[in-house]
Amino acid sequence: MNVTVFLPQVLRPDCGGAARVAIPLAAADGRMPLRDVLDELALRHPRLDQRLRDEQGRLRRYVNVFVDDDECRAVAGLDTPVADGTEIRVLPSVAGG
Amino acid sequence: MAFLLVIGTRKGLFTATSDDRRIWRLSGPHRLDSEDYANMAGVYAIGVDPHTRRILVGTESSHFGPSVWFSDDLGGSWHEPQRAPIAFPDDIDDSFTRVWQFAFGDEPGTVYAGVEPTALFRSTDGGESFKLVRALWDHPHRSDWFPGAGGAAIHTVLPGRVAAEGTDPRSMTVAMSTGGVYQTRDSGATWAPASTGIRATFLPEEYPEHGQCVHKVAVASDGVFYAQNHHGVYRSEDPAASGWTSIADGLPVDFGFAMVAHPHTPGTVLNFPVISEACHLPPDHRLQVQRTDDGGATWRPVNKGLPQDPYYGIVLRDGACTDGADVPGFYFGTRTGDVYVATDDGEEWTQVAAHLPDVLCVRAVEV
Repeated sequence: MNVTVFLPQVLRPDCGGAARVAIPLAAADGRMPLRDVLDELALRHPRLDQRLRDEQGRLRRYVNVFVDDDECRAVAGLDTPVADGTEIRVLPSVAGG
Repeated sequence: MAFLLVIGTRKGLFTATSDDRRIWRLSGPHRLDSEDYANMAGVYAIGVDPHTRRILVGTESSHFGPSVWFSDDLGGSWHEPQRAPIAFPDDIDDSFTRVWQFAFGDEPGTVYAGVEPTALFRSTDGGESFKLVRALWDHPHRSDWFPGAGGAAIHTVLPGRVAAEGTDPRSMTVAMSTGGVYQTRDSGATWAPASTGIRATFLPEEYPEHGQCVHKVAVASDGVFYAQNHHGVYRSEDPAASGWTSIADGLPVDFGFAMVAHPHTPGTVLNFPVISEACHLPPDHRLQVQRTDDGGATWRPVNKGLPQDPYYGIVLRDGACTDGADVPGFYFGTRTGDVYVATDDGEEWTQVAAHLPDVLCVRAVEV
């Protein structure tokens, strides 16, 4: 299966300047949790993962990750299922400062 | 000879340079990365390695978390390790929030980071990767430590010294809020509380063995320790053996955050008084510095050059420092974004910068 992760401008330096990252994944039943997608992303771009999650793998408070149109916390958090062709968008929340 | 002043603020890193410490060239906020996120991050800790002149800064972005950046060209360019330089190991269900203090060991490349949550990390590669000092994390007192208003952190790290008499690379003194002062004499394998005599106004036991909210410990040139506490100012020649003695008499208030010891003259210490915990404003709404030249027996204000109008910015724990020069400069920054320097042995202040974001920490070096 393949998913695409879209990144905001501010995070692109941490993945070589790319606006999107295509990730081929091996999933037996064609689905996997968002956590596993982020783990795969972390292997390729560890500093990007540092921006998104703490060292315990928890999503940072003001980082929103949309799985297709749904922010993952509104679904099942990092257990939100991801399927072939899913688009994942990382967006800073309207917060912080 | 020139001087570099590094200023950490709630919104980024600034530097100032000067040949005479009177006229300063301010620059910033510095671009640590190629985007703006790190420029907007709070800079909570600055360290300048005495062996290499590498500058380390600890940042925390509200969106993208903490990190450590370093510069090997006195702030001209900045770099960040590919992997998080400070992180708790997998078996600890906690996560690194921010660096509160960098300190440097005698051995080149040895860097200590006092962090939030209350922990000490050690690097042997100049600050590019750190490992948790496990014995302090596993200390049986940990359950008694709790966060003050600023968070639970180790904010004072003093390698090599546990008493005025002598230094030893296996020794170290740290202080935490809350928790108090702890010392090791065996390279961090064991840690013992060293807070006897420091009062805790917020605990049922007025003078507990541990649990105090020490705000900053400074070491004078003769090795004597000076501590600004959450209510209480103290000195000690040997915290573990003889405890701490109050030297708050003569100060307008006994609350504050920062303490700076003269780098060459024993007994001379600067203090930055603050009205107590519920207020956090300068006493009488006047920006002021207090100075002792007799180890805390007497205090006097050294306010020449400071604003005489009402003033509301205070000096935080690491918001004051000395450059350690032969004729030392003393520096402090306030939460209302003003930075001052005194170059005549600390008697008269000149403004370095104004209207910055709130100043969290300053470090100055001769370069």
